[in-house]
Amino acid sequence: MSITKLLSITPWPVVSAFLWAVLIIGALYLARRTAHHAIHDAMATLSRGLRLAAQAVSNGQLRLAARNREVLLQSGREAKERVIEREFTRVAESVRKDLANYPGLHRALSESITRIDEDHRNAVEVPPAVPGWVDAVEAVSKIDTRNTGAEIMGQIHKALVKSNEEALDEYRKSSGERHALLRRMMPEWRLVQETLGNVGKTVESVLTRAVGIDRHMQQYEDIVKGEDRAVSVLSSSSLVHFFVSALVLIVAAGGSAVNFTLIARPMAEMVGGTNFIGGFRTADIAALVIIMVEISMGLFLMESMRITRLFPVIGALPDKLRVRMIWVSFSILLLMASVEAGLAYMREILLQDELATNALLRGGEDSAAAAVSGHLWITTAAQMGMGFILPFALTFVAIPLETFVHSLRTVVGLFGIGILRSVALVLRVTSGGARHLGALFQRLYDLPLFLPLWVENRLAAARAADHAELEADLRAQMEVADVKAPYVETEAPESHAEPEREPRRAGGRGGRS
Amino acid sequence: MNAGRKTMKRALVGALGMATLLLTGCGAEGPRSTGVYLLVDTSGTYNVEVRKAEQIIRFVLGKMQPSDSFAVARIDTASFTERNIIAKATFDDRPSTVNQQKRSFAGRVDQFVESSYASPYTDITGGMLQAIEFLNEKGSGRKEILIFSDMKEDLAQGYVRNIPLDLKGFEVVALNVTKLRSDNVDPREYLNRLDAWRSRVERGGGRFRVINDLEQLDSLL
Repeated sequence: MSITKLLSITPWPVVSAFLWAVLIIGALYLARRTAHHAIHDAMATLSRGLRLAAQAVSNGQLRLAARNREVLLQSGREAKERVIEREFTRVAESVRKDLANYPGLHRALSESITRIDEDHRNAVEVPPAVPGWVDAVEAVSKIDTRNTGAEIMGQIHKALVKSNEEALDEYRKSSGERHALLRRMMPEWRLVQETLGNVGKTVESVLTRAVGIDRHMQQYEDIVKGEDRAVSVLSSSSLVHFFVSALVLIVAAGGSAVNFTLIARPMAEMVGGTNFIGGFRTADIAALVIIMVEISMGLFLMESMRITRLFPVIGALPDKLRVRMIWVSFSILLLMASVEAGLAYMREILLQDELATNALLRGGEDSAAAAVSGHLWITTAAQMGMGFILPFALTFVAIPLETFVHSLRTVVGLFGIGILRSVALVLRVTSGGARHLGALFQRLYDLPLFLPLWVENRLAAARAADHAELEADLRAQMEVADVKAPYVETEAPESHAEPEREPRRAGGRGGRS
Repeated sequence: MNAGRKTMKRALVGALGMATLLLTGCGAEGPRSTGVYLLVDTSGTYNVEVRKAEQIIRFVLGKMQPSDSFAVARIDTASFTERNIIAKATFDDRPSTVNQQKRSFAGRVDQFVESSYASPYTDITGGMLQAIEFLNEKGSGRKEILIFSDMKEDLAQGYVRNIPLDLKGFEVVALNVTKLRSDNVDPREYLNRLDAWRSRVERGGGRFRVINDLEQLDSLL
């Protein structure tokens, strides 16, 4: 029904419009209570649904956070176990290398000390014997034998001088021997000092490592206990590992791209330049496959050498088989690198051939000859070198790749937690918004009904005033002004009544008990 | 053992599926090669322009890729014949062989330029029919007919060339369409001549364009 038709129910459109307005407003006024309930119920249902969804998302986020924490602790535990294992291996190596010959060292020290002791004992200065015949000389001098005594004394004097000289010589000789012994003790002392110094260094190194192991063990215990500090440290280091490894992988991707450029063109000579597989040139795919195989071989090499642990099966292989695998993967890698060097050489030849042909087509033989430079061997050699080295360089991609894969789990988890938290927040805000929107729609519904509502309010106010007056009269007559309960029941004007707020549920997020 | 066999079987089925997918992908793609047929007008006074044609041939040769086809034929009194083809080649899919083919092609064109002689009549339609036949036979994905001519057809008596051309999927490029003396007197002749060729090509389902400035050859292929 068009507006023109609607306005033609009376001959006067204005009157028709007025009549329609009255009818519509009347209908809206009559349906007001039901409409308010409908709006309120719809919005309350929407709000409840959104709140439930927010609750579900929050629960999901908590579960994901718990799972992420578990993964983080698990990976942290594994990493720490590896670190501690390596530290123990180093300590064992140090002990084996430096302290394994400790018994021999001890024996050498004991022997040195015994020798020093003996030398020391031998070097003790023995005091010269007290000349015993001095008393004899005195006794002889007291004998009265006239001139014979002088002769005896003379003989004694001679003997005395002679024995003195001999004793002095003997003393000098023994002193010299003692000094020689003391001199011989010096290198022994130095040897002992040096040996003890070496032992001290080894013990000190072991002690330093022991301190490191203690620290790692403390962290390991924190991780095992699942302490928040440990989780926080692991989380931040996981993010750092993620970004650093991603950066290195980007660099490696650049290297792969250079490698690809080196071999894609000559590959066309082998597999044809016009064959396509699924929209891609077969030559390009072949070049890509070669690079991928090289990276795979690099991965296997790193795995076999137990530098990375992406494939537990390889790490768990018997040592003999593992060493064989190292040689096999290295040989394949070497072969691939040689093939790449050859392809790089072929590329240069093709490029020169193409340049010469294009020059010939552009301007004849002269320019074709001019196109060939004498320094081309430098670029050829550089390309060949790059072709040979890049496959080996790409081998080391395994290390950042492992870090990236391990840290990716945690980072994706953190990202998911962030998203879920944001979604829960948006749902909660929307839920609150829906509740308020219900009130707004009720007000908007009332907007065209302002006239009947105003009249209704006025009537209700007048009725309330009458009742108040009657109440006052009754109180005055009965003299019970202090009683609070009314004697006359009145109806409150409906238009001022606020829609009932939905009671909050205890236990829900944001709920108040 | 059974589990291992099952895994092997699954891997085999997966590999076969992948191969089928790839092969199906290959089949779905049409031919990607380009076929170019260059007609060089050698009639009357236009024969002197043949040196310019050589430049274009060299340019086109430079643009040719492995598996592309290229033929150069002369327009003379009777052009609907294989004898008019000066040089033709379908390039190998190995780049090194392609270079050799290009050099050989350029050599044959050189010989033609040295020994080119003027013909009394101009049978452009015959040349185009020959080009259509050649390119359809090659089955190239993109088909280009380049006409190095003033586009003034002048048939000898008895030659019937009022034949509709089937040019679906073809692009016809008129190169170096020089103005004749009569065109200078009445330029409408020149414009009408080009319009006639355009409408004839488009009626046949092809696309027509003109490149007179040989410095702008980059847009050719």
